[in-house]
Amino acid sequence: MKAGYVKRFSPVERLLHWVNALGFFFLLVTGLILYLPSLSELVSRRQTVQGLHFWAGVGWLGVLAAVVLLGGRRLLATAREVERFDSDDLRWLRGRKAPQGRFNAGQKINAILTAAFTILFGVSGLLLWFGEQDTRFRFASTVILHDGLMYVSLALLVGHLYLALIHPATRHALRGMTLGDVRVEWAVKHHPKWQPEGVRVDWPRTRHHAPWKPELADADRSRRR
Amino acid sequence: MDSPPVTGEHEPEPRRYGRRLFLATVVGGVSSLYWGKAAWDHVTGVVSPVADALAPIIPTGGWRIYTISGHMPAFDPATWRLEVGGLVERPVSLTYQQLRALPRVEQVSDFHCVTGWSVDNVHWAGVRIQDVLAAARPHASGHALRFVSMEVPYVDYLTLGQASLHDVMLAYEMDGKPLRREHGAPVRLVIPEMYGYKNVKWLQRIDVVPATESGYWEELGYDQNAWVGRSNGYGT
Repeated sequence: MKAGYVKRFSPVERLLHWVNALGFFFLLVTGLILYLPSLSELVSRRQTVQGLHFWAGVGWLGVLAAVVLLGGRRLLATAREVERFDSDDLRWLRGRKAPQGRFNAGQKINAILTAAFTILFGVSGLLLWFGEQDTRFRFASTVILHDGLMYVSLALLVGHLYLALIHPATRHALRGMTLGDVRVEWAVKHHPKWQPEGVRVDWPRTRHHAPWKPELADADRSRRR
Repeated sequence: MDSPPVTGEHEPEPRRYGRRLFLATVVGGVSSLYWGKAAWDHVTGVVSPVADALAPIIPTGGWRIYTISGHMPAFDPATWRLEVGGLVERPVSLTYQQLRALPRVEQVSDFHCVTGWSVDNVHWAGVRIQDVLAAARPHASGHALRFVSMEVPYVDYLTLGQASLHDVMLAYEMDGKPLRREHGAPVRLVIPEMYGYKNVKWLQRIDVVPATESGYWEELGYDQNAWVGRSNGYGT
């Protein structure tokens, strides 16, 4: 660990993120070729693209499931972290300033919706595929669900990419998802309630004029500095 | 600042709102298989400004382009012909100009795909099938038509009765412009009463035949008579 840095995302968390991201982008591209008439005309090999899209989707769900199994208890702990909203989270969501943990409330909602949408993409995609062969799997609304998920996911993705790549205050977070660690001062400023366990980090007393004081996991640690 | 300083001592136990959000999203999404289309039609139908506002945002115009082969047929006015043959007295071969010279009809009708999407109020222009058949003089033994696409091996069939419904046409214009390649240029069959797979694109040949047979999608299990809302597992 580099001095002045703190581990934010474990290898299995990052693996899950990037498997999901890679699969999503491939499915988005092949899906748009199937969906947009101008791209359909340009590529025109619909059968091939449809096969690629379907099997990539199946592979995506399979690899995601494998990573979740691989992650086991560690990912379960992450899920527990993500699903819990305390009163600061609720205040934060109402647009107030409130200290946040390792995940802020917006990140939690993004993660939860992404997980739910993955399942819905899978269900509606399988129904589209098998519905083409058997009327028992055919619902008039399957295609609306699949397309609607695409639109909402695209909106979430645009916001996510803006915050991760462009917005100056938050784009440092990208380092946490690539290399795994982030600057301590950045973590203290953006995620003051986060208390990394088993990591020897000297949380500095607030050097920023934040409206709250970061909670310190261990009084001794701060004194040592 | 209105948020109190954090003490961490009087915090109530964090609530598992995330689990509820996750389950509600999944249950809502799966249940939308039953109400999604009705809700969407209701929103876009009752609140037409919604549909108008969405139209320029949704880049497809509501259409999805389905093809079955590796290559989308391209229309060449120099070589393209619409052949009319089979059980006829005098086989006919129409150039694009000759087809355009036949009596022109226009109509506004809805287009429904069997997979659930629809495009309302499509403005078609073209010719009635009877006007195309008239010159070829079909035999009395012919009771059906085979529509052959340039996209091999796409074919489909209609009975003569179905083909003479009041709004069945061979369309060469859509929404005021010549039919675009992805919509079946230069001419496609339009039968609004039936799902899209009967509306054969990229027509190159119409044969008068004794009876209907299985077309491309019927071979794969779709209904021969693809009445909108009354076939392929819908409304039955």
